[in-house]
Amino acid sequence: MKLIKFILVGFIFGIVLTKAEAVSWYRIYEMFQFQSFHMYGIIMVAVLTGLIGIQIIKKYNLKDFSGAPICIPDKEPATVRYIAGGIIFGLGWALAGSCPGPIFILVGSGFTSMILVLLGALIGTFIYGVFKDKLPH
Amino acid sequence: MELIYHTWSWYISGFLIGLVMLSLIFFGKNFGMSSNLRTLCSLAGAGKKVLFFDWDWKSQRWNLAVVAGAMLGGFVATHYLSDVSNVAINPKTIEQLQAMNIDAPNGKLMPDALFSNQVFESPKSIFILIIAGIMIGFGSRYAGGCTSGHAISGLSNLQLPSLKAVIGFFIGGLIMVHFILPLIL
Repeated sequence: MKLIKFILVGFIFGIVLTKAEAVSWYRIYEMFQFQSFHMYGIIMVAVLTGLIGIQIIKKYNLKDFSGAPICIPDKEPATVRYIAGGIIFGLGWALAGSCPGPIFILVGSGFTSMILVLLGALIGTFIYGVFKDKLPH
Repeated sequence: MELIYHTWSWYISGFLIGLVMLSLIFFGKNFGMSSNLRTLCSLAGAGKKVLFFDWDWKSQRWNLAVVAGAMLGGFVATHYLSDVSNVAINPKTIEQLQAMNIDAPNGKLMPDALFSNQVFESPKSIFILIIAGIMIGFGSRYAGGCTSGHAISGLSNLQLPSLKAVIGFFIGGLIMVHFILPLIL
């Protein structure tokens, strides 16, 4: 029962990403060709909304729904992993036209071929797990 | 109703994605989709062989619930809330794609040339989709997050590491679209 609210949040996320066409291969291609403002607008407004919300949470020390203080962990400082991992991710993002959220959303929408991308993503995650300690971070 | 069937504007969509992230914070969690891939590997038993997958993945059930909801949301939006006016991308983009034999959207989210069920008959297409997935899975775990964890959550919390990751995302994406895609399509 506790999971229902998360299913609901996910449901809204799936609808918004689909209706915004952020799950569309075309929109990602168009974005990387700088031929539309659409995707940049979405990312900018999402970040701005989050930024304002997080500033309010921090300023007023807001509590979460259970009354516990909200703490958002900082990302661990590093450079190589973010740039190298980021570039590899970006190559895949532009090729498949989707990042992990949209992969799941498109599989749910009935795009059977996206199961191949999901399968690849699981293999890729597994490969990282195997070689984690040998990679520069 | 037209407002719902047409493409949602970037400002409404962006605002709602920001709210999705904030609502997860309010529920005591953090927004990040790629970590579900790690959870699914653990669920499949990868923890028996590889230490990275031997962790408290059951604490991530909430995130799998978000995924289940997102899949359902995608299904409803694609099948009941869409029309042929959708995915009206730049005509110049359509022209460029046609030169590479990629069909125009005409309301479709995905080009048939890359994602129709015919790809299952082409080893090259299967290979492309699996390799793309491998890069997404490997890259997001190496970078510690994807578009949701770094671009949306990280940047809105003013995290420098997330900025580095997002710069990486765009370097990779630009290389793919401008230099690699024209070679392989």
